[in-house]
Amino acid sequence: MGTPLPTPGVGPSPDHSGGACASCALSPASSRLGLDPGRYDHVVALAGNPNTGKSTVFNALTGLRQHVGNWAGKTVARAEGGFSYGGAGYRIVDLPGTYSLLSTSTDEDVARDVLLFGRPDVVVVVVDATRLERNLPLVLQIRQITGRVVVALNLVDEARRHGITVDTRHLTRELGVPVVATAARRGEGLPDLLAAIAQVATADDPPAPLRLVHRDPALERAVAELAAQVEARFPGVPNSRWVALRLLEGDAGIEEAVRTGTLGDLAEVDGTAPLHAVSDPQERSA
Amino acid sequence: MTLDELPRGQRAVVTALDLRGGERRRLMDLGLLPGAAIRADMTSPLGDPTAYEVRGALVVLRRGQARTVHVEQAGTGEG
Repeated sequence: MGTPLPTPGVGPSPDHSGGACASCALSPASSRLGLDPGRYDHVVALAGNPNTGKSTVFNALTGLRQHVGNWAGKTVARAEGGFSYGGAGYRIVDLPGTYSLLSTSTDEDVARDVLLFGRPDVVVVVVDATRLERNLPLVLQIRQITGRVVVALNLVDEARRHGITVDTRHLTRELGVPVVATAARRGEGLPDLLAAIAQVATADDPPAPLRLVHRDPALERAVAELAAQVEARFPGVPNSRWVALRLLEGDAGIEEAVRTGTLGDLAEVDGTAPLHAVSDPQERSA
Repeated sequence: MTLDELPRGQRAVVTALDLRGGERRRLMDLGLLPGAAIRADMTSPLGDPTAYEVRGALVVLRRGQARTVHVEQAGTGEG
């Protein structure tokens, strides 16, 4: 536990004792999603496949301060709680367990909309260390949406029993975001997880969303062309290629967001960013 | 060959999915991607559906779905 966290692209932040969000205007999208930061400094979304110990991580982080809420207009229940760390208040939202953000189920829509339009300060993706391979597609999908990600490599105690050790440093390098080994039910790794969450939450320069280049030239051309149009219509959208790919797939939710202009909320990065406690004026110049 | 022809207990590697749209997406999300190792685990008494082990989990497919998954049997002797 004395080892420093491998955290590429996320330098140790200068003193951010929170409170920066007091001046943030709350976007209509985020309040519609129920992500009112209120008196919290940072919003953390908890994502992951089903049965990865996501709820155990949630309970370990929040202690007894959790309660169950409901999405406005949705039947899918979500859990919400809070904790404080390093003098800052965190609100944590437990998303439905999903294998993907791309299929057409309500759970996946909820998770996807929160990640995309709620713009949490940190997304903690809980993965099962004993079945890492089947958990990584979701990590990849979330990395395409945001760079503000911490991977909680959970159930490492069980993995150890199966003779599995995961090279977290290597994984951190490959994914470009911190990977923290945890065994949430024993409290193992939680201090490291909290430190990583705080680091990403206050990072001035988080890693950019992952850009996947498609091997099929026709697809690549289509994505590039459509992404350029998305950027022209919604300047500053951080993940235009991802949006373009969804449109090509015929994703109804994204089509709707383009039609109604909700997608533009994504572009409001500076100052008006709904949930970002740290505004970063130079960001998005790239 | 296609996955529905894979005998029980035998291993193979997924080579292609003969599907489009949401159903293809779903199978991919469940781990059936080209290159994934798969094993026919057990078959229901009537022979359909069949449970397959993929990446540490069991995925149950109907014969019609399994027929859309192209596989190459792993190994020659053991496979």
